[in-house]
Amino acid sequence: MSNGDTAIEFRDVSFALPDGKTLLANLNLQVQQGETLVLLGRSGSGKTTTMKLINRLIDPTAGEVRVERKPTVNWDPIRLRRRIGYVIQEIGLFPHLTVEENIGVVPRLEGWTPERIRDRAHALLSLVGLEADRFAARFPRELSGGQRQRIGVARALAADPPIILLDEPFGALDPITRREIQREFKSLQRELNKTMIFVTHDIAEAFVLGTRIALLKDGQLVLLDVPAGLLRSTHPEARAFAESLYDAQSIGSSA
Amino acid sequence: MSLAEFLSRNVGELVTLTLEHLFLVGVSTGIAILIGVPLGILLTRKPALSKPVLGFANIMQTVPSLALFGFLIPLNIYLFHVKILGGIGARTAIVALVLYALLPIIRNTFTGIRSVDPAIRDAGRGMGMTDRQLLFQVELPLALGVIIAGVRVATVICVGTATIAAAIDAGGLGRYIFRGLRANDNVLILAGAVPAALIAIAADLALGYFERTVQLGRRTRVSAKKMIIASVAVLSAAMVIVYFAVGGSSGRIAVGSKDFTEQVIVGEILAQTIENKTRLQVTRRFDLGGNLAHEALVAGEIDTYVEYTGTALLAILKSQPITDPAEVLRRVKKDYAERFQLEWTEPLGFNNTFAVLVRGEDANKFNLKTISDAAKISPQWRAGFGQDFMSRADGYPGFARTYGFHFSEIREMDLSLTYRALAEKQVDLIAGNSTDGLISRYHLVQLEDDRHYFPPYDAVPVIRRATLESHPEIRAALRQLGGILSVPEMRKLNDAVDGEKRPAREVAHEFLETKGILR
Repeated sequence: MSNGDTAIEFRDVSFALPDGKTLLANLNLQVQQGETLVLLGRSGSGKTTTMKLINRLIDPTAGEVRVERKPTVNWDPIRLRRRIGYVIQEIGLFPHLTVEENIGVVPRLEGWTPERIRDRAHALLSLVGLEADRFAARFPRELSGGQRQRIGVARALAADPPIILLDEPFGALDPITRREIQREFKSLQRELNKTMIFVTHDIAEAFVLGTRIALLKDGQLVLLDVPAGLLRSTHPEARAFAESLYDAQSIGSSA
Repeated sequence: MSLAEFLSRNVGELVTLTLEHLFLVGVSTGIAILIGVPLGILLTRKPALSKPVLGFANIMQTVPSLALFGFLIPLNIYLFHVKILGGIGARTAIVALVLYALLPIIRNTFTGIRSVDPAIRDAGRGMGMTDRQLLFQVELPLALGVIIAGVRVATVICVGTATIAAAIDAGGLGRYIFRGLRANDNVLILAGAVPAALIAIAADLALGYFERTVQLGRRTRVSAKKMIIASVAVLSAAMVIVYFAVGGSSGRIAVGSKDFTEQVIVGEILAQTIENKTRLQVTRRFDLGGNLAHEALVAGEIDTYVEYTGTALLAILKSQPITDPAEVLRRVKKDYAERFQLEWTEPLGFNNTFAVLVRGEDANKFNLKTISDAAKISPQWRAGFGQDFMSRADGYPGFARTYGFHFSEIREMDLSLTYRALAEKQVDLIAGNSTDGLISRYHLVQLEDDRHYFPPYDAVPVIRRATLESHPEIRAALRQLGGILSVPEMRKLNDAVDGEKRPAREVAHEFLETKGILR
């Protein structure tokens, strides 16, 4: 799936809070265009920090992050963010907007015509497997968790951004719905060929969805490899994650 | 007269007062929204400001309204030749109400926006919303319910506080309440209080309904925009009305009065005499509370009102008490001319001094004639005094010292309530006004001031020198009022209004006719 160009690059990136606490140390990482890189790690390992550095919700305290070869600090943050789709846990949907309006947020900010926004929203709804006629006018609170998550993905795709960031998007779902939506997402990936950064602490999810996995621990990158490489690694953190995989392995190999 | 009977007879006036009340509340709340919401938003962007701003709004809510009025009236602030601050009337009442309404609106806007889920804010920013887009498309719609709850509190505060606007001639249902307190008339008090309470309940229910609708989330993004446009339009229109209609009364003579019956009657006497004897048109700005009539006269908001020599000497010039009437008049004439460019015309004839009153039966039983007689049995007595009497230089402390009073209990209450308290035997001695109509109605006996403690309170019209210079014919008109009103006559006129419930305008007219002044 990779076509060789570097979409995102981290060069010696560190991020520390004003009180001196380091959340991320000396990260070096390249994400190829069209690949899905999974950031795997326990809570507090620096996954979300890495993500927020890409769309400039925060700026690095050392080193530089490059998006499409240009350092993020040289990007206008608004322009940068509109080229990057962003999916977070289900609470990220705007509760006061309908499904259609939620999907249409970025196109509206970009000044699309109402007809075009509407058509796009309906097309995306069927792409994520929801009937437009039934769901377009609903509010997020009228949807199930799985439906909300599909809307979240549809919203991130709305303005057709080349890069998509997904921060534990399926974290709040029950295990069955979760496996279901992972399968759908996998086929969506093949169809869309986008560069994706996917944050999770669930190794099964990492195996299903990742082209490569970046394993983080305490703000350090401890392993960067294809999924099979993680299983062969002797690093204790990699072993710890590998051992938790057994029950979900079958899905990973079948996908 | 029952409340229902009163309301059905005065339905026109009730509607006018209710509309005035709604106008005050609507405009004040509206302006408070226009100031408070942007200010609350600003505080979420500059949290360092939140402490001083919320602190200021907090303090404003604790300032008593009469004190706030006293501070606002002397101000004279213009913007493009339009007076925006100061004076008496609706403008000052609105400024005061806005200050009271600000706190809940600022606070709720601030906390409403601050309590939007940080994840939702992050989602908006991550999708590339600018700060302004985040505010209008995410934060404000989500905080709208909390903001409306603040507006709801502010509105209810305004409905209640607007009753005090009657003290500065701003109208509203407070007129009935003040008039009722003055005349000891429960029906009148209820005629003002019940509609005001109904307005408060209705506003609370309506805004509560609105708040719930908004929190359900239906179509708020569109209506938020429409609401802003609509409210700005309505308020601009209302403000234009306030500043031009309420603000301008030039080219006319404004007669003022303090906020008790006798003042309204003598105010009418002044007004009708000027109307009859000159070609000038007269605006009546009655019922000004506290020292607001004086403040308004100095500020040029009114041209004349009837003041009492003793009040001027003690409360306004802050001099020591003097007991010789001629000396007091000489002093206040001189000081008023020098300090305020105000002139005292002819005394009307009556002296409204403090009257130490007891029940007629007690006067008979204990054979009381003078205040000294009462002092002897005072240790078994309870006294009821107005706040005014307790605090002023010629009031209670000197009075107790001069006559040697030691009461078993002193109850401090509104002056108008002391008469009823005396009649109902809740107290045994009060200090009322010598011209009060209630003295004869409740069969009270005035004790003689045998040690000449109380200074004279001769009623005299005070007028701006500038007004006399531009309209010299007023001087001749007012001269005819010299000495026409004795104490018994004034008592009778007061009783006609307080006791017989006749309109002050009619009572004054009849009096001027019998004196041959109106022709």
